[in-house]
Amino acid sequence: MTHKILIADDEPNIVISLEYLLQREGYAVLVARDGQEALDTIAREQPALVLLDVMMPHKTGFEVCQAVRADEALQGTKILMLTAKGRETDVAKGMALGANAYMTKPFSTRELVQKVAELLGETPA
Amino acid sequence: MLSPALVIASSFAYLLLLFAVAYWADRRAQAGRSVIANPWTYALSLAVYCTAWTYFGSVGRAASGGVWFLPIYLGPTLVMVLGWIVLRKMIRIAKAYRITSIADFIASRYGKSPLLAGLVTLIAVVGIVPYIALQLKAVSAGYALLTVPGGVAEAAHWSRDSAFYVALVLAGFAMVFGARHLDTTERHEGMVAAIAFESVVKLVAFLMVGFFVVYGLFDGLGDLFARAQAVPQLQQLLRLEQGGQFAWAQWFGLMLLSMFSVVFLPRQFQVMVVENVREDHLRRAVWVFPLYMLLINLFVLPIALGGLLYFGPGQGNAENFVLSLPLAAGQHALALFAFVGGLSAATGMVIVETVAVSTMVSNELVLPLLLRWRHLRSSGGQDFTRLLLGIRRAAILGVLVLGYVYFHLAGEAYALVSIGLISFAAVAQFAPVVLGGMYWKGGTRLGALAGLLAGFLMWAYTLMLPSIAKSGWLDMGFIAHGPWGLAWLRPEQLLGLQGFDGLTHSLFWSMLANVVAYVGVSLWRAPSGREASQALLFVDVFERTAGSSPVFWRGRANTQDLLRLCERFLGAAKAQALFDGYAQRMGVRHALALRPDARLVQFVETQLAGAVGSASARALVASVAEEETLSPEDVLRILDEASQIRAYSRALEGKSRSLEQATAELRAANEQLQSLDRLKDDFMSSVTHELRTPLTSIRALAELMQDDAGMPQAQRQQFVGIIVAETERLTRLVNQVLDMAKIESGHAEWHVAPVDMRALVQRAVATTAEVFRERAAQVQVQLPDEAPVLQADPDRILQVLLNLLSNAAKFVPSPGGRVQVRLVPDAQGVTVCVQDNGPGVQPGHEAMIFDRFHQTDLGVQVAHGTGLGLPISRHIAEHFGGRLWLEPSAQPGACFCFWLPRQAPSSGDKNP
Repeated sequence: MTHKILIADDEPNIVISLEYLLQREGYAVLVARDGQEALDTIAREQPALVLLDVMMPHKTGFEVCQAVRADEALQGTKILMLTAKGRETDVAKGMALGANAYMTKPFSTRELVQKVAELLGETPA
Repeated sequence: MLSPALVIASSFAYLLLLFAVAYWADRRAQAGRSVIANPWTYALSLAVYCTAWTYFGSVGRAASGGVWFLPIYLGPTLVMVLGWIVLRKMIRIAKAYRITSIADFIASRYGKSPLLAGLVTLIAVVGIVPYIALQLKAVSAGYALLTVPGGVAEAAHWSRDSAFYVALVLAGFAMVFGARHLDTTERHEGMVAAIAFESVVKLVAFLMVGFFVVYGLFDGLGDLFARAQAVPQLQQLLRLEQGGQFAWAQWFGLMLLSMFSVVFLPRQFQVMVVENVREDHLRRAVWVFPLYMLLINLFVLPIALGGLLYFGPGQGNAENFVLSLPLAAGQHALALFAFVGGLSAATGMVIVETVAVSTMVSNELVLPLLLRWRHLRSSGGQDFTRLLLGIRRAAILGVLVLGYVYFHLAGEAYALVSIGLISFAAVAQFAPVVLGGMYWKGGTRLGALAGLLAGFLMWAYTLMLPSIAKSGWLDMGFIAHGPWGLAWLRPEQLLGLQGFDGLTHSLFWSMLANVVAYVGVSLWRAPSGREASQALLFVDVFERTAGSSPVFWRGRANTQDLLRLCERFLGAAKAQALFDGYAQRMGVRHALALRPDARLVQFVETQLAGAVGSASARALVASVAEEETLSPEDVLRILDEASQIRAYSRALEGKSRSLEQATAELRAANEQLQSLDRLKDDFMSSVTHELRTPLTSIRALAELMQDDAGMPQAQRQQFVGIIVAETERLTRLVNQVLDMAKIESGHAEWHVAPVDMRALVQRAVATTAEVFRERAAQVQVQLPDEAPVLQADPDRILQVLLNLLSNAAKFVPSPGGRVQVRLVPDAQGVTVCVQDNGPGVQPGHEAMIFDRFHQTDLGVQVAHGTGLGLPISRHIAEHFGGRLWLEPSAQPGACFCFWLPRQAPSSGDKNP
């Protein structure tokens, strides 16, 4: 089955690259440009995985993560946090809020694909 | 006529009432609800000034001299209104050093001299006994008027004389309520309350008689004065001049005399200073007491005129009008009440005066003589408190009996007024030494002795002797021709001085002799150490508080001895309590563990002074301690040390304050550093974020192309385009971060040249024209015909303009964007505004947008900014002495403006 993946990032060029990458891997890709849009899309589409940028307008990735984890109906949603802020406190905060994994920008596309597959319980191709 | 039994019964009933009032007040004080700790009571107790002399004598004086009864009351009014500062200082001194009487005050000031205290006491007794006699005479005369037909008192044998028994009752009262406890600085609550009560009684009685005369006997004031005008003898009473020249000197002399009396009469000093509970009660007394005197004098002239009209001029004794008018009109009840009023005026004076004088006699005359007996002074554990109280009570009785004897012997000789004024003149002799002592440090013990003695002798010669002679006990010859026929020694025209009445003449000579002797002798010899130290403590009383006052004592003492001394003169329980309290204040657990230092000695001496007076206390302390005599140099040194200690402690306080301040400053600096550190951390984090974001796109897209060799060309083209754009963004960012760093650290290069703002704006608009065309936005430029030429860096100003324009381009809607650029010159410089029709700045973010890396929080990411544009622009504007701001009223849309001066503020800044 095709997993639905939501890309939540406010940088259009990053969205372009991630969208291309994940479509190439055969996932169904959804896009959100800010935190609020991301939350709405998650609730509506219930994607299997969210690639969640931390620095986003309206609601930060942390807030989105916290909201998702607080919602009983969305417990199955995997969250992979992406951040350009590499400080350890940021990583720890994300994990504490319930993210499943964490990657710092810039990331290797190969590793990202692998991490996505892992989180979705697939054996990497 | 009234029956003697009724009058006597009423009198004694009234005295009984007085006892009851005093007893009640004492009980209240014991219960902690003092009635005298009240400014009204204090003010009313001062009215003890108004004695039987006021009550009866004023009318007599008004009947013969018109307004001449007034100066006696104008003086005290002046003292209260103008001299209250002096009174306050006197009260402060008396409280600080536990002064018990006027004699103690003077003696204490001049080195605690027993001799001086004794002299003052003697003057007071000589001056006051006639005055007490006068009160008894008034009571006796009043009694006779009410009971004896014709109103002439026969010289009754003392055992049948009601005045004698009145004197005894008053002595009893004074003994019970005036010598209750040894420490006279503790208030006599009952006595003061009774005095205040009496002040009310005599005022009400006098006013009632006044009303009766004016509205009962006559038809109001208008009628009374109109009828007085009609009688030639009375007409002149209503004039100031009294037929001749107005005697200014006499008027002034009387006022001066009464000013001194209201302060220095022993009873006045007692109620005003010794019995004062709180210094600020004086504030109330300052107007209540003068008001009281106004009220009690209101009807003096009307009663005098009324009596003269009623009985006919020259008929009837004017001093008895207060009683004789109601009596003659058949108003017996009113006459009796008027008598009680007069009685209250007399008793109030007699009680306080005897208490005050007996304190002086026992402390300053009897006790010093007793202390000459060795065994009394040193050895033995006897308790002297009972003995001391006994002495004081005996002194009370003694003074009253003396007063009665005087009354009996000389009572018929003088008119009331003259006795009173002679007393006043005696007491006025205290004025120079007291006032000089309070304000002049140069006054010495010898000076004070000389002044008092000279003044007193002059008083005796020029006033006392003539009045004795006039009563027929001395040959009048020496008054008329001078002793031994020496005319220039005539007591009432001394050295040929004429034109004054006897009193003014005496006042002039006695005051002159007093002041000259006091000042002259004081200047002749420098003060001793003890005199100098007491002078300092008195004159500078307001500068010294208990903690910092210097202690002028040196020697060796023993705590045990000091305690025993206190026990003997204050009682064991009280002494122990005092020592325990002192030990507690000093932080010592047990009283006997106290170090017998100068401060303890001073404490003991001050406590003893409250009971036995400062001179005796001094002698007692000297008897148990080994003392060194202080020289004036020592006094100066101790004072110097005390002021040094004060200065040290002040310096220490200052140091610790500045230390605290330094600590606070350091803490603030540290906090600032920490916040700078945080800021730098945030800055690094932001820069990292800004660098990583484009790098992410570049890496991801490059890897995608790398992995997929068969990527369609169009796709590849798009990706390469993005990579190029992101690299440009990276470059821009790096440049701006460096730029910012340079500007902030002051290493930026500024190339100052004349800047034509019109041309510069046009250039900026031309440069950004392409961007605006892409976003389909209109740019409208408003330029004045002429714009000033600025001194600035044209490239930097252009940078600011480009930044504002590109920001506007980012935020305007597309299509439909409109941007307006305005250039407005003013006298000092030029303002440039860039207005867009975008979403504007979110409320609350107006300040934040100038922070580094703050990027607007928009729903759509419009364009790539670095977040450094506005902070850099603001720095540039500020560098040239201008400013950059967000115009708050430019909604909708955003309007950024900057203003630059024609000339940058200082050339030094331009190329740092």
